[in-house]
Amino acid sequence: MKKETLIWTIILIFGAALLAINAATRHAGQVHVQSEPHDHFYVADELELPWGGEVLVARSATAPGTYVHPSGETMTLPPRSDGEVVELVWKDTTVRAKWRKVWKPVEEREEGDIALPQEDDSPDRKTWTTYNQVTYKEYVEATRAAGPDARTYSFSWTRTVGLWVGALFTLAIFSFLYRDNPFYKFAESVVVGVSAGYWMVVSFWDVLVPNLLGKLWPGMVKSWAMPGLDGETEWLYLVPLILGIMLVWRLAPKGAWISRWPLAFIIGTTAGMRMVGFIHADFLSQIKNSVKPIYFPVDSTSNAIYNKAGEIIAMPDSYLTIWSSLGNIIIIVGVLASLVYFFFSIEHKGIVGKTAKLGIWFLMVTFGAAFGYTVMGRIALLAIRVEFLVDDWLWLIDPLHRHAIGGG
Amino acid sequence: MFEFFKNLDRRWVFLMMGFAVIVPILVQVKFTETPTNLARAVFNEFEKLEPGDKVLLSFDYDPASQGELQPMATLFVRHACEKKLKLYFMALWPLGPQMIDDTVRNVILEEYNEREGVTPLVYGEDYVNLGFKSGAEGVIKVVVTNMRQLYTTDSRGTAIDDIPMMDGVKNIRQMDLMANVSAGGGGTKEWVQYAVTPYPDDITLVAGCTGVQAPLLYPYIPQQLPGLLGAIKGAAEYEALVNEKYNPPVPDDPKEAAKWQTRYERYTEGVRRMSPQLFGHLLIILLIVAANVIYFVEKKREGSS
Amino acid sequence: MKRTVPLFITAAGGFILVVAYFIPHTQDWGEISLIWFDIIASFAMILGGGNLLKIHLSKVSDRGKGWAFSGVTLAAFILMLIIGLSKMGVHPNDNYPGFAWSGNYRETGAPFWWMYEHALKPLTATMFSMLAFYIASAAFRAFRAKNFEAILLLGTAFIILLGRTAAGVVLTGWMPERLSGLRLENLTIFIMTTFNTAGNRAIMIGIALGIASMSLKVLLAVDRSYLGSGD
Repeated sequence: MKKETLIWTIILIFGAALLAINAATRHAGQVHVQSEPHDHFYVADELELPWGGEVLVARSATAPGTYVHPSGETMTLPPRSDGEVVELVWKDTTVRAKWRKVWKPVEEREEGDIALPQEDDSPDRKTWTTYNQVTYKEYVEATRAAGPDARTYSFSWTRTVGLWVGALFTLAIFSFLYRDNPFYKFAESVVVGVSAGYWMVVSFWDVLVPNLLGKLWPGMVKSWAMPGLDGETEWLYLVPLILGIMLVWRLAPKGAWISRWPLAFIIGTTAGMRMVGFIHADFLSQIKNSVKPIYFPVDSTSNAIYNKAGEIIAMPDSYLTIWSSLGNIIIIVGVLASLVYFFFSIEHKGIVGKTAKLGIWFLMVTFGAAFGYTVMGRIALLAIRVEFLVDDWLWLIDPLHRHAIGGG
Repeated sequence: MFEFFKNLDRRWVFLMMGFAVIVPILVQVKFTETPTNLARAVFNEFEKLEPGDKVLLSFDYDPASQGELQPMATLFVRHACEKKLKLYFMALWPLGPQMIDDTVRNVILEEYNEREGVTPLVYGEDYVNLGFKSGAEGVIKVVVTNMRQLYTTDSRGTAIDDIPMMDGVKNIRQMDLMANVSAGGGGTKEWVQYAVTPYPDDITLVAGCTGVQAPLLYPYIPQQLPGLLGAIKGAAEYEALVNEKYNPPVPDDPKEAAKWQTRYERYTEGVRRMSPQLFGHLLIILLIVAANVIYFVEKKREGSS
Repeated sequence: MKRTVPLFITAAGGFILVVAYFIPHTQDWGEISLIWFDIIASFAMILGGGNLLKIHLSKVSDRGKGWAFSGVTLAAFILMLIIGLSKMGVHPNDNYPGFAWSGNYRETGAPFWWMYEHALKPLTATMFSMLAFYIASAAFRAFRAKNFEAILLLGTAFIILLGRTAAGVVLTGWMPERLSGLRLENLTIFIMTTFNTAGNRAIMIGIALGIASMSLKVLLAVDRSYLGSGD
């Protein structure tokens, strides 16, 4: 075994031992949850009648399938499935109405509602449980108090494993700082696959289903994934469907030209949007924003000096007027000088050259500011990952008072 | 020694950066923030609104920039809750809806709705997550004129017509304020270009954005963008303003004080992150200075030899 | 057919929006065209996923160097698709309990959420956080005060870096109120609102003109490079 491998093996084993001790003695890296029951029962039928209006008919245990309307009329419904159009007998005539099951949470059950189905597999009752993450502190307090809801709190294996997976992935990425290695490569490969998959799933459920399939086949989408969806088929949406398929055609080995049509549409639309958008917001408006008085008497409170509580401690005065006027002059001179520098059609000589030089200085200050702000951003991104490791995972700090260090 | 620093292995630099960030986080130093005018402008735009006013929150970022932007998102939502505004969430980035879910859980479900004496906010009546639509500027240009064509359902699949707070809302020009959290392309710049500039009288935009974007957005200030939170510092300043105004005093009773902490310490993300920020900045300055010293010493040596 | 039709589509797609911007009566056309654009943008994401699949499948089948990592990417991608598209572990929407598929695909606790929370989030966030290390390394290697321009750049960067943290307050907080404009934190604001605004505005104007002329060239079919070569 090479010396370096040996050192790393020792470090890894030692680190793992420390982690195990930390986890075993301080419960660090454990995730707890509270269960939340969802229990709904099939309470009524809603009928959308052909002449408009909706009737809500409570289910009755005595005569399922036959309902008595408050008016005294009797309706009979044939067996059906959700979202269907049903034929029903209404005042001795047969009419077609849209029919929908109405559900109600069990805790909102009122007197007069149909009895709760007791069988586990009853199609008329849907129950499931979701779990909300709680802090270790909440978990300890709830279980110690041993109140009626103490049993809803529990340790979550899946989320604990998840937290550790996340932490190990974080370390795997950081390991690249020392040198490229298989752990890093593995993590990198995972992130590529996972993000591409995530993006595709999001575009499917958030865009393609409601905005494309839901427009072309609203009935199908309504009865399948989006019961709330309404509307008629809009055949115009065949255009984006066809263009979209043509775009994906790019993956096929032959007929690459087919994808040019949608591509042309994307490029044309983008060009049309940008041409107007940039000219309006980034050209005309910028000229407008730069037309400023070079003498700018400060008479509003907008430039006052505030203390921490937001009270004005120094009112604007002639001194501030000088600063503001100077600021405006700098902006006007700076914009013009920098634009001269970008003007390559004239040789940068003489007065043009000097102005261009001034423009470069302005641009250098601009780049300096950009660098400063970029550093700011990068460090914040690192800070949140470090916080994740030492707070969420290792529980070395507890700024949010979640881990009850010393009390747990 | 000189040779060592001259040919310093970058891993030593990495290690220094690691320490500059880890140590202040472990020690948990906090500095007080003095808000500057731009953060104050964001704060004031929210303060101007009346209970029941509509605010559009577009979360155009992802976990990659949460370090900078999450405190801003959290604070926008908190400020809107404190002002009892109607919150309309949307996203131009595919991971935006998840950011909305996380922020809503942290602020509304786990904090605001748990307070004693407040009317809990109800989904669909007080806040709604309209979710993600692809197309970035293409989405902006549609929602400024007619959002119902594009947003037929919310992010949960409920029809727009069944959401009480969407009654009468045709486009985002009906919003009283728009707050945008932006990590890059398909964000603040596009909102300014395609929403604010064509409709300056209808849309007021404030934004929180990353350090990389912030300097690029200054030309829009204040005419097209009255308020801007730039990088984590902007977040910390705004946080100071919101906490100052809305945090109740810490109770004397230790038990109550502990409760207060679990409730309101979640709004200290910005200020907490400013201490690693300070040491990181100092390290960068130190590195540049050291590199220049080495450079000039070397130049001098070369000159004399 | 292969080249003329795309040119026509480009021009039509673009000019509809330009016209819709100026003539309110045609706003509806612009809206429809934009909605199509938004939908096709989603297909572009599918195309991206498809491309990834194609590239990595060929890497795996070629058994080239590092093919196993391509296998990992493929497995992660396919896993994500399966659990996401099938809404695995997702419960129905509380408003529609009768519809098994009505739940939110991002439901907390479901496998798709698990993959986001414990893989996608830590991985992407950590990837980007690495930039803090690289910018430190770059600071050490790249910035030399060789001339006046470089000094301006570095000087500004120092003022910003100090002025946007507590260091500024510590270093120049002693300055009297009259000179408060020279305190680092105020100097930072002054630089940002004047010099930085001026420089960036000039860049912005330049880019705006560039984009406008480029867009016009594309719409008028002067620039056809996006169609690629060949027929």
